[in-house]
Amino acid sequence: MSFPLLTATAALPAIGAIATAAVPAARRTAAKWLALLFSLATLVLAGLVFVRFEPGGDRYQLTESHAWIAEFGVRYELGVDGIGVALLALTALLIPFVILAGWHDADPLETKSSRWRPTQGFFALILMVEAMVILSFEATDVFLFYILFEAMLIPMYFLIGGFGDRAHSGSDENAAAQRSYAAVKFLLYNLAGGLIMLAAVIGLYVVAGSFSLAEIAEARANGSLEMATGTERWLFLGFFFAFAIKAPLWPLHTWLPNAMGEATAPVAVLITAIVDKVGTFAMLRFCLQLFPEASKWATPVIIVLALISIVYGALLAVGQRDIKRLIAYASISHFGFIVLGIFAMTSQGQSGATLYMVNHGISTAALMLVAGFLITRRGSRLIADYGGVQKVAPVLAGTFLIGGLATLSLPGLAPFVSEFLVLVGTFSVYPAAGVIATSGIVLAALYVLVLYQRTMTGPVKAEVRGMPDLRVRELAVALPLIAVLIGLGVYPKPLTEVVNPAVKHTMQDVQKQDPQPEVEAAK
Amino acid sequence: MSATAVHGLWTTMGGVTSAAPGDRFAAPTIEYAQLAPVLIVLGAAVLGVLAEAFVPRRGRYYTQVFLTVVALAAAFAAVVALAAGGYGTTKARIAAMGAIAVDGPALFLQGTILLVSMVAVFTFAERRLDPEAHGNRVDSFVAQAGAVPGSDGEKAAVRAGFTTTEVFPLVLFAIAGMLVFPAANDLLTLFIALEVFSLPLYLLCAVARRKRLMSQEAAVKYFLLGAFSSAFLLFGIALLYGYAGSVSYATIANVVNGSVQGIDPALADTMGNDALLLIGGAMIVTGLLFKVGAVPFHMWTPDVYQGAPTPVTGFMAAATKVAAFGALLRLLYVVLPGLAWDWRPVMWAVAVVTMLGGAIVAITQTDIKRLLAYSSIAHAGFILAGVIATTPEGISSVLFYLVAYSFVTVGAFAVVTLVRDAGGEATHLSKWAGLGRRSPLVAAVFAVFLLAFAGIPLTSGFTGKFAVFKAAAEGGAAGLVVVGVISSAIAAFFYIRVIVLMFFSEPKADGPTVAVPSPLTMTTIAVGVAVTLVLGLAPQYFLDLASQAGVFVR
Repeated sequence: MSFPLLTATAALPAIGAIATAAVPAARRTAAKWLALLFSLATLVLAGLVFVRFEPGGDRYQLTESHAWIAEFGVRYELGVDGIGVALLALTALLIPFVILAGWHDADPLETKSSRWRPTQGFFALILMVEAMVILSFEATDVFLFYILFEAMLIPMYFLIGGFGDRAHSGSDENAAAQRSYAAVKFLLYNLAGGLIMLAAVIGLYVVAGSFSLAEIAEARANGSLEMATGTERWLFLGFFFAFAIKAPLWPLHTWLPNAMGEATAPVAVLITAIVDKVGTFAMLRFCLQLFPEASKWATPVIIVLALISIVYGALLAVGQRDIKRLIAYASISHFGFIVLGIFAMTSQGQSGATLYMVNHGISTAALMLVAGFLITRRGSRLIADYGGVQKVAPVLAGTFLIGGLATLSLPGLAPFVSEFLVLVGTFSVYPAAGVIATSGIVLAALYVLVLYQRTMTGPVKAEVRGMPDLRVRELAVALPLIAVLIGLGVYPKPLTEVVNPAVKHTMQDVQKQDPQPEVEAAK
Repeated sequence: MSATAVHGLWTTMGGVTSAAPGDRFAAPTIEYAQLAPVLIVLGAAVLGVLAEAFVPRRGRYYTQVFLTVVALAAAFAAVVALAAGGYGTTKARIAAMGAIAVDGPALFLQGTILLVSMVAVFTFAERRLDPEAHGNRVDSFVAQAGAVPGSDGEKAAVRAGFTTTEVFPLVLFAIAGMLVFPAANDLLTLFIALEVFSLPLYLLCAVARRKRLMSQEAAVKYFLLGAFSSAFLLFGIALLYGYAGSVSYATIANVVNGSVQGIDPALADTMGNDALLLIGGAMIVTGLLFKVGAVPFHMWTPDVYQGAPTPVTGFMAAATKVAAFGALLRLLYVVLPGLAWDWRPVMWAVAVVTMLGGAIVAITQTDIKRLLAYSSIAHAGFILAGVIATTPEGISSVLFYLVAYSFVTVGAFAVVTLVRDAGGEATHLSKWAGLGRRSPLVAAVFAVFLLAFAGIPLTSGFTGKFAVFKAAAEGGAAGLVVVGVISSAIAAFFYIRVIVLMFFSEPKADGPTVAVPSPLTMTTIAVGVAVTLVLGLAPQYFLDLASQAGVFVR
């Protein structure tokens, strides 16, 4: 038996979480370093997964399979395809930066009670989320995936509700109330989605008699499993509802701006760049693979919802007064692109969507974390409270600009490649949808540049004067992320190489082929 | 009736007696070994009563605690021995002249009741939570049950250091009744078991040390409504007896599905009368649904849970539910399977209103004990979904759910006993604000229990919920599953609200303190957490056990 690399990649941050939580109250700094160390070690393991994965090989690689709950037909089954590898790498890559950026976010304001240990809790929860997210990218058993999908809500909930942004307007009590409102809203939305999915998971078992993706796929292929059209559609809707909340897709998105606004910047990155990706990932892996017919049946509606998300998210981002909520609405717009790419059901679209997940993660992390540094300095989230920052803190302003340009998909930066692919993939089958989606890019330029203009340029505001530039720790967060953005923008091949074969499999699942160029047909 | 007729009655009977005295007085064969769990507990209860009479007051507490714990452990060992001897599977049989079934579900539930009672009894014996009164350690029970609340008599009793050690024999009697209840194989045994466990519970509800008037009020409510439901049950038994001419489960089942042999004229006359069967069956089920706490027979639950001493509430909420669901399962699966087409729609409706009703009303609660009461109602609804499956998976999923639920419940109520202010337990939710800041560990443990109640994955609550919903879906009750997940979502709201309150609210200046308990309560809570996590992470062994145990003997 070979070394269980996938289990190890997920287990390491879990062990790290326990170890971090166990650090004594007074040794806060030790807890931080321990958490960082574990996240870096996880990154090494994730790198190993990336290297060991053979792009042209089997669909699921590095597989592991153990008996778990035989009574329910549940096995502990892991395996990664190219999509899983890409997202696993993204998660492992971002977490060290999240930890580094949140270095001081959970320092206790007062040290009255020796038993209250927020710092240890904060970093332990982040590692716990990492462990669950990584395992959910690896799970090839529907039940195992479901458990993680639900269980990761709990640490996220505590991260949002327990460690709010200290930069807020109004009284402390008011802020606490808003924070716990945001946390509860996050949890209830996602839990409701998850419970609807539970009904569908049970229904799937009743119909298919198995939770294993491989077994179900095989049974479908050899015709021993036939789903009635109605049943398949209901089950699809049950799954899709949960993923659409998580992703989040309009009109189920309203929890995201609250959660991202109230959470600290690193936790907001955790939500939108990492945890939400489980939703879009699951659409590709579970919705399309388990219910191909129903997916095709629902495509028109989903494409319309995705378009609404793109335009609506972007429009609302333009109108925001709060920096973090602006980024949240921009994310909603971007998730619209991802869903559009997935359900266009062309190989460019799906490759683009997968790359988009990775690139959106990195670009949002860069923009949001730098925005977090900015907000910590001034103590306000309102755009109107800033002005002329680039004169006092040029490096901060510069990194913020690059993060912003990545968000608006400037050519040369990574998101451009994925956005382009999604649009091409969509245009080849639904030209009208492609045209509408393109308006999202125009609006993105508007909200990013207006944000930059209002906060960074112009006369230096009194409160901004004397604002320190990025410190070493903050540079260590911003610069590597920017380097990755540029690197993947210029040379995306390592990623596309891994992703493309996986997308080919998914395309086979839904029995779709790319449309032939029309010139050929005309001959 | 003339005098000669009466005389004739006597002489006929006398004639029978004189004709065959041997037949008439044949001693019943009782399989003592197979009934050992019940007999041990009952014997210990009798010994406990004697101890109350003869052991000096100073030594009574220790004698009683020792006796109770040893008896429960011995009874559990007997259950394990019986199960290991194959009585749960291959050698399942009906003992005590047809009165008691010794089979998988009976042994499984008896084991569960005994273990849960054991950890619950630890909270009964806890004496470190309240400050000492006049140099004596005090537990949750009144000094002298007969003393009028607030009277001089009560004060004198407190000064003298009296304690109500009678609670231990009482709880043993209740446990013995609960052990018989799910194993009862005829209707009369069922009724007697019901009374044996209900009467001590009524008493136990009334003996809270703090808030005695509320406790007594709860006891009276419980007694009146309990008596009412007993009457329903008894009336139902009479009607079913009238229908089938027997109180034995197997005979009634045969009559119901028409496979009865040797029909005599009297039976032929009544067995066509479906009104007797339907009304009788409905009344018996009503009596059991009352004990289960299903809507619309749930009205007693919040008041009684709130008023009773918290250790008693925990015991009652956990063990009664196990026993009552066991009896309900046996009744529906053994006696009335031939009537499944009639009772399933009714139980459907009951399950739906129970799940939704419990979850929705719980949202408005402001007292933690009432909140848990409504949560227990919602859980009764989930369990009913498994009952309705009418498949072997249905039985085993219900068995598993009962284990999962009962340990979480006992643990949760044990935590409630710890959070105290000057007036005793601080059960109003507003007082729990900021508990996570003051005592992170206690709040974290309670959060684990709440998450288990809410059915979050990796806790026992999720595994149980998944098991019953899966059984229900496979049993053709997919609609029930959908209602189940919707009410789970509603229920999640108020569990989460408590977590928000504990962790995200600022502690109040005059908030309650968390008492440091003795190892007794700590054990209870630790066992609760351990079972919650083990059944959430690695439930395979227990699911196997439940599925092996999921066959009723007939």
